[in-house]
Amino acid sequence: MTNPFKDVLNSKVILLTGTNTTANHPIIANYIHEAVTKRGAKLIVADPRKIKLVDISEVWLRPRVGTNVAWINGLMHVIIRDNLQAQAYIDERTTGFDELKKCLAKYTPKYVADITGIPEKDLIAAARLYATAGPGSIFYAMGITQHTSGTNNVKSLASLAMLCGNIGIEGGGVNPLRGQNNVQGACDMGGLPNVFSGYQVVTSEDIRDKFAKAWNVAKLPDKVGMAVTDMGNAAGKTIKALYIMGENPVLSDPDSHHAAKGLASLDFMVVQDIFLTETAKLADVVLPSSCFAEKDGTFTNTERKVLRVRKALDAPGAALEDYRIIAAIAKRMGYPMEYSNSSAIMDEINALTPSYGGITYARLDKEDLVWPCPTKDHPGTPILHVGRFARGQGVFFSIEYQPSAELPDMDYPFVLTTGRVHWHYHTGTMSRKGTALNRMYPEALAEINEEDAKRLRVADGDYVNIVSRRGSIKVKAVVSNMTDRGVAFVPFHFYEVAVNQLTINALDPVSRIPEYKICAVRIEKAA
Amino acid sequence: MSTVKLTIDGQEVIARQDSSILQAAKSAGIKVPTLCFHERLNPIGSCHLCVVEVDGKGTPVEACKTPVADGMSVVTSSDMLAGMRRKSLQRLLAHHPLDCPICDKAGACRLQDLVFELGVRADTYEEPKDRVEVAYATSLIKYWRDRCVYCQRCAAACREIKGVGALEFVETDGVLELTVDPEKCVSCGECLQVCPTGALTENLSPLKARRFVGKKVATTCTYCGCGCQIELNVLDNRVASVIGRGDAAVNQGSMCVKGRFGYEFIGSDQRLTTPLIKRNGRFEEAGWDEALDLIARRLNKIKSEHGPDAIGGFSSARCTNEENYLFQKFMRAVIGTNNVDHCARL
Repeated sequence: MTNPFKDVLNSKVILLTGTNTTANHPIIANYIHEAVTKRGAKLIVADPRKIKLVDISEVWLRPRVGTNVAWINGLMHVIIRDNLQAQAYIDERTTGFDELKKCLAKYTPKYVADITGIPEKDLIAAARLYATAGPGSIFYAMGITQHTSGTNNVKSLASLAMLCGNIGIEGGGVNPLRGQNNVQGACDMGGLPNVFSGYQVVTSEDIRDKFAKAWNVAKLPDKVGMAVTDMGNAAGKTIKALYIMGENPVLSDPDSHHAAKGLASLDFMVVQDIFLTETAKLADVVLPSSCFAEKDGTFTNTERKVLRVRKALDAPGAALEDYRIIAAIAKRMGYPMEYSNSSAIMDEINALTPSYGGITYARLDKEDLVWPCPTKDHPGTPILHVGRFARGQGVFFSIEYQPSAELPDMDYPFVLTTGRVHWHYHTGTMSRKGTALNRMYPEALAEINEEDAKRLRVADGDYVNIVSRRGSIKVKAVVSNMTDRGVAFVPFHFYEVAVNQLTINALDPVSRIPEYKICAVRIEKAA
Repeated sequence: MSTVKLTIDGQEVIARQDSSILQAAKSAGIKVPTLCFHERLNPIGSCHLCVVEVDGKGTPVEACKTPVADGMSVVTSSDMLAGMRRKSLQRLLAHHPLDCPICDKAGACRLQDLVFELGVRADTYEEPKDRVEVAYATSLIKYWRDRCVYCQRCAAACREIKGVGALEFVETDGVLELTVDPEKCVSCGECLQVCPTGALTENLSPLKARRFVGKKVATTCTYCGCGCQIELNVLDNRVASVIGRGDAAVNQGSMCVKGRFGYEFIGSDQRLTTPLIKRNGRFEEAGWDEALDLIARRLNKIKSEHGPDAIGGFSSARCTNEENYLFQKFMRAVIGTNNVDHCARL
């Protein structure tokens, strides 16, 4: 996020898209609710699902799934057509505006309505509201990113924000809501194939030299590695062994039949986890690790705030903290890795990672710190790009709408979209182990639109078969107006209704994110 | 925002024009007793404890609901006010059972504290004849109707903070009754977080651990990316309850159903407790030395036969920064590959 989430209380207009915030980021939904009901902010929701926050929205745009670039271009078209853009900001801080303007020319409300199904007047109302209400913030989540056009969707939202001068100011910002406790931190720490910690690229010789020296090795690999999704595809082929820490790709990868087959054909697989997950069952060696309550460390939340995790319990049996396990394997492979505790690892992070340079445990006990925080006396940076963009000039990317990889057709007439529900989390490894959350939401429910249900002769509670070109699941239906006609939503928490057997392994060409949000299926009442 | 100047207990106070007497007093370090007031909620005004005297007003006013004014003179403690507060509190106590010994909230109860602070005795208390157990909307939360002091914080928090509006106080024949809409309630537990007494308690843990008995550990929630600041209440190496930390800027005490009630996995008997090695298609328990030796041997062999890029590693958004840092260091420095990634996209 460019801005802290509580900064939404300073927004006059909020654009929420591709996020069921109330279910997946409940605390942020609380602040959005407060901004609207107590501070008078206007809310625009652009989402194919009728999420709860639609109730307090000023405008709800319901685009067809996968048409994000089109409606975002449409908003920008109207803003420029009506001369509502922040011209001084654009002139001073950005490049690429003229090309953008050219690209947007054809995205008239009519043209956009044909692609997205959004009525022209709603698009115009949303554009005017976002451009004129005052500081405007944008919040988005996987509904924007989990598309073959994911990177383009994000760039388009950034352009929209820049067009109205909304980046680098209080109450503004482009704010991705990150779905997992430490997904921000895992990226920050270099759990990515192209960067070391702090997004320092592996292709730079200077950076490699710096790390090689600190880590006491002769050299470090200079070729960008493979993304999770690519490693899964290469498993058993060029990838012979996988070491998996706290992940469950058998349930979380797209087209999971295919993914599981790849993992099963590896020469060697180690899984380190707190439970014997569906993935761990395929491993050659399983190592018992500790959960968050059993270790010290830090998580970095979606607003880049580094937060302490403190040990409250001893791990069960012989289970160990993940860092001790990694160090023990390293040692046996001939590389000494000695740390007395997690704070000692943070010291090394401080020394090698400019954006985390000043983030120490001693400071975290007394204050909240948001990276970049390069030095011990730096206060941290809650809002990014104030005064100037981190890279210099902000760039407008001119982007054309491109349809999703697999659209409905005669044989598979429905759109399937996946996500989470309020009461569960990811592949259910944690949330389904206790009784509490299962009492609230015991089994997977496929949300089906009322009119579709009538046509399919499906009633609330009936079982349906949902079939894609890759697989089939039997799931209980809930007739709801959450989804639009022709769209079904199924959560991915349930191993017994593994919806990722249906999803398509089509990736965004840049980010390598799978297109979980749209594939084609047919739905029939189960016998 | 312009400010006004007023006097509270003889002390000159400068306050924002839109603040209440209570807020102005608090900013000046003057404590006024409250029960129903909550920082994040609009003033409710149900407990009548924050009464103060204001020059020129015949009768005392509620500090939480009365806005400041320029030149105002306020007195927050006097014999009359103490008497009124004691009376208000006695009214609440008159139908609140003195079952503190069996109440989860004992020791962390605002009502108990106030009774202690204001020196009230419950000499008029009569045990209600029909003590009824009322079912709540969900089985995760228990409502002890007799303990309810009708402060209405729960309903206000459900409506104002959560935007859910599942709770409502309905008056019939002069009697207030809490009603819960099970269709709306998602069991987030905000109601029990703000309940000042033991009227709303969690109904999950088999362990009974009063707040002052268990070990309290401040940490960060393990579910979504909000990073809620929470407190684990630990007894005998098990989590007995989880509450939101009110002092934390991130969530200001709020939590969701997963963070508050989704802790059972920690103590699950399905947790892995020993390394496992697969032999002939079946897992066998193993010691650490055996498992680690095997891993080192196999990874070294694959590395020497196929090169480091034949090995890949998935680090985890579930793990800490320190562990993720170490994992990528391991893959890059020890294995010698950049094939390291995690579930950011999934």
